[in-house]
Amino acid sequence: MVPAAFDYHVAQSVDEAIALMQQYGDDAKFLAGGHSLLPTMKLRLAQPTHLIDLGRIQDLSYIREVGDTVTVGAMTTYITLQRSDVIKRYFPLLPEGIAEIGDQQVRNRGTIGGSVAHSDPAADSPGMVLALKATIVARGPNGARTISADNFFLDLFATALQPGEVITEIRFAKPAAHTGSAYEKLANKASHYAVVGCAAVVTLDASGVCTAASVVITGASVKPTRASAVEAELVGKKLDEATIAAAASHAADGMEIVSDIHGSKEYRAQMATVMAKRAITRAAERA
Amino acid sequence: MGIAAMLGTPIKRREDPRLITGQATYVDDIKMSGMLYMSVVRSPYAHARINSINTEAAKKHPGVKAVYTAADLKGVVGPVACAVPLGKIAEGMGIRGALADGKVRFYGDPLAIVIADSRYGARDARDLIDVDYEPLPVALDVEKAAQPGAPLLYEEFGTNVALSLGMQESSEEIDKVFAETLANGGVVVKERFVNQRLIPNAIETRGVVADYNKSIKKLTLWSSSQIPHILRNVVAATVGLPQHQVRVIVPEVGGGFGSKLNIYPEELLASFASMKLGHPVKWIEDRSESMAATIHGRDQVNYIEIAATREGKVTGMKIHVFGDMGSYTQLFTDVMVLAFMFPVVCGAYDIPVVHRTTDLVFTNKASTDAYRGAGRPEATYAIERAMDLVARELKMDPVELRKLNFVKSDQFPYKSATGTVYDSGNYIVAMNKALELADYKGLREEQARKRAEGKLMGIGISSYIEACGIGPKGFAPVGLYESARIRVEQSGTVVVQTGSSPHGQGEETTFAQIVSQEFGIPIEDIVVMHGDTDSTPEGRGSYGSRTTPVGGSAVFTAAQRLKEKMKLIASFMLEASPSDVTLEDGKFSVAGSPQKSVSFADVALTANLSNTLHPSIEPGLEATSFWEPTSNVFPFGTHICVVEVDKDTGKAEITRYIAVDDCGNQLNPLLVEGQIHGGITQGIGQAMYEGAIYGDDGQLLTATLMDYAMPLAADLPSYQTDSTVTPSPVNPLGVKGIGEAGTIGSTPAVANAIVDALGVAHIDMPFTSEKLWKIIHQK
Repeated sequence: MVPAAFDYHVAQSVDEAIALMQQYGDDAKFLAGGHSLLPTMKLRLAQPTHLIDLGRIQDLSYIREVGDTVTVGAMTTYITLQRSDVIKRYFPLLPEGIAEIGDQQVRNRGTIGGSVAHSDPAADSPGMVLALKATIVARGPNGARTISADNFFLDLFATALQPGEVITEIRFAKPAAHTGSAYEKLANKASHYAVVGCAAVVTLDASGVCTAASVVITGASVKPTRASAVEAELVGKKLDEATIAAAASHAADGMEIVSDIHGSKEYRAQMATVMAKRAITRAAERA
Repeated sequence: MGIAAMLGTPIKRREDPRLITGQATYVDDIKMSGMLYMSVVRSPYAHARINSINTEAAKKHPGVKAVYTAADLKGVVGPVACAVPLGKIAEGMGIRGALADGKVRFYGDPLAIVIADSRYGARDARDLIDVDYEPLPVALDVEKAAQPGAPLLYEEFGTNVALSLGMQESSEEIDKVFAETLANGGVVVKERFVNQRLIPNAIETRGVVADYNKSIKKLTLWSSSQIPHILRNVVAATVGLPQHQVRVIVPEVGGGFGSKLNIYPEELLASFASMKLGHPVKWIEDRSESMAATIHGRDQVNYIEIAATREGKVTGMKIHVFGDMGSYTQLFTDVMVLAFMFPVVCGAYDIPVVHRTTDLVFTNKASTDAYRGAGRPEATYAIERAMDLVARELKMDPVELRKLNFVKSDQFPYKSATGTVYDSGNYIVAMNKALELADYKGLREEQARKRAEGKLMGIGISSYIEACGIGPKGFAPVGLYESARIRVEQSGTVVVQTGSSPHGQGEETTFAQIVSQEFGIPIEDIVVMHGDTDSTPEGRGSYGSRTTPVGGSAVFTAAQRLKEKMKLIASFMLEASPSDVTLEDGKFSVAGSPQKSVSFADVALTANLSNTLHPSIEPGLEATSFWEPTSNVFPFGTHICVVEVDKDTGKAEITRYIAVDDCGNQLNPLLVEGQIHGGITQGIGQAMYEGAIYGDDGQLLTATLMDYAMPLAADLPSYQTDSTVTPSPVNPLGVKGIGEAGTIGSTPAVANAIVDALGVAHIDMPFTSEKLWKIIHQK
């Protein structure tokens, strides 16, 4: 499996990366960790004629506490996030979910920005980013802008990024007190991508009543999808088993569910409920 | 450790240091000046007529040296070999050239090759070849393909069925048994089993380098193969070279599992291209090619009926097998059912009457052939699942049912109703050991507790036998012997050349252990060489768990011959009668006076260097043995698998796995255990995860490892293994093969556990979460 011929460009700065992308346009692809792009190139499903490597750009890999926000550089690798004390303290969902991604080699090289930009509907990072209601910072020929995760994932491998734009940073707002989270995944046995996954974040008040809930289903649809009906059933209630089960039963409501050799529509819909119930239950226990 | 204790000692493999430090040489490591690279154009259709192939653009691509299609091979390269053409195959059905001619018959069917000066160039030019296909309807389901009116792969034969055969003349006898059993209050249980299609997936894909030297008219072929000599002989015949002008070298092989027990089109094509162009030609299969176009394993549908008395004594069994051969015959495609499954279909049980019939059918899928176990896993799965069906029907414990029907230890050698003669066994002892190790009674109690809590726990038993160590003499149309040549150098070090072709089984270690034991010299003084047809005696290769029982016996026999000669030489040196000379701990001495001795090295030096040897003795120390078995050997054992199934998701987990295996004497228990572990895992792979899936149009949907699931260490519990030892009487080492036993035993153990957990009669493999979820929730 060898890729078709391509030219390789090392961008030394974000500006240079954007300029190279402007120059080569549709024939070019940004290369981050490469763990999604290179396999598709080797299978010749993708044949970009120019690769613009973001890996040498200084200062795209960082984790910084900035007031009520934690900012993460787009080229931060999974392993860096997994080991970060700041991430572990404020967003334990990330290390928990990252542990489910690929294998150690993938976690060593893969980046959160690359995965979010690639927007594989069965990947783990997009669902977690959406569940954490992160803000995505993109830069392009017309400068920088921010996009909320809720507006970012549009369709199968399709995002709100405009041509020529590159993700530079992902911002996570620090959670309120008594917030718990959990990631549950029923993995495709071959690829280890999610047949169905669920990232859940819930916040309780002092009396144990749910004041905020963010529940996202991955793998089941063409994009990571917020389970709004589930969230609505949780907020304002004490999260006992019956309440969680009733809410989780709406996990696939309104969702366009996919079907393939790894899971039928019917199975995925039901697994969305099972994963949601498990994730919410554990998130509530941790809140 | 004393040298005399070398056999049976768990020393580490001598092969491993070079493997784990990355210093081994595989085919892809071979680089030669002037080397060209081959890329293969494959059909994206499962069945299509080829109207035309336009190669002009590819030929003009920079670096491309040649493009060849079937037209170029006519009269130059013969067909792909089939060892034993049966039924209509003998008339040409299913026989193919190295490149598809006129029609393609499976997704991945090769139809052209590009030769270029780089691997990239060859691959790029492949995309420039324009093929005009006319798609045809496909025959994919083996049972439907066997029916009249199915799309035909070979129109001229009017059917897809190559052979319909009954091993018994009529069903009169079995019908009578069934009727009598029912009349006496017994039961007849029926079921349909699907033994799904598997992709072998050796870590190293296939690969070949062909180098034809025009000046000496000699072809050297490096191939990742299990069968160097057969490959040499067939390639010579197929490309039209004399055998002595073809040399096959098998370097390190990263797994075969039967998939490299074959002669493939690419080996012929690379040879052809090198002969045409006078340059070395390399082809390395990529993973997706490997999944599409290397042989697949298993793929059959069984209809089984089994009768038993109310007390549980099995009275007879009837089995019909639809064997899915895929699109073409490879080396052993058509003999899997007849030669490897049917002989052992009664398993470990004394079944008085058996009735066997089969339809061998061509379909628009990759060829099937030998895959770890080859026929014996299919037989074992059928009988072990059938025994559980009988136990369920009679509400008996499956352990008790098995004990009641086992062939007893005093019945050996035992002639089965299949006509197969089992060499030795003591089935109940192995089973009892496994039951004890598992605490079977405790497991059943735990299961009852868990069921009361609403949990799904299952316990599966499999008491397998297998037949391995092929030969025997008279089994195949050609002799399936194995060979060894041993040379004692003048320094007293020893070179062993074997016709076997070990590729992970560890015989560089175990064969050296045999020689070390026999000669009483350190293992460091012995080297085992294999895999080069120019320097090893003619052999049949490594497969069918034959290398140690057959190849090991050849080593043992050659060592005996040398020992006799060395005793004779020593007798002159010791001035004693040859019959009084003994060899112990590397010293020849006269019986009764051990103080008078000459060392192994002294005798080696004398034999090789002395000019005063007695005139009756030929100088030199070299002996060759061709050892041909008179019987198969029959390993056996009991495996116990414990599973728990998550009701909500259907996800099954193997929580415990216990295996007690008996492979006779163990030359090296560490290697035996390694084979058992790998074998069990491969069998679990079939039961739990694996399966080649073709879409309705014949596209391979599981064409990458993103879609074809295989077991990982993290999926599995730590196995509890033990063994019993019942030596084989049919070879001088008392050994039985152990390469396939784990695979054969484990698949039905898992299946029986899953079925037990869900409390149903039967579920077809693999036990994917969705499949089990649907059964749990009765969807």
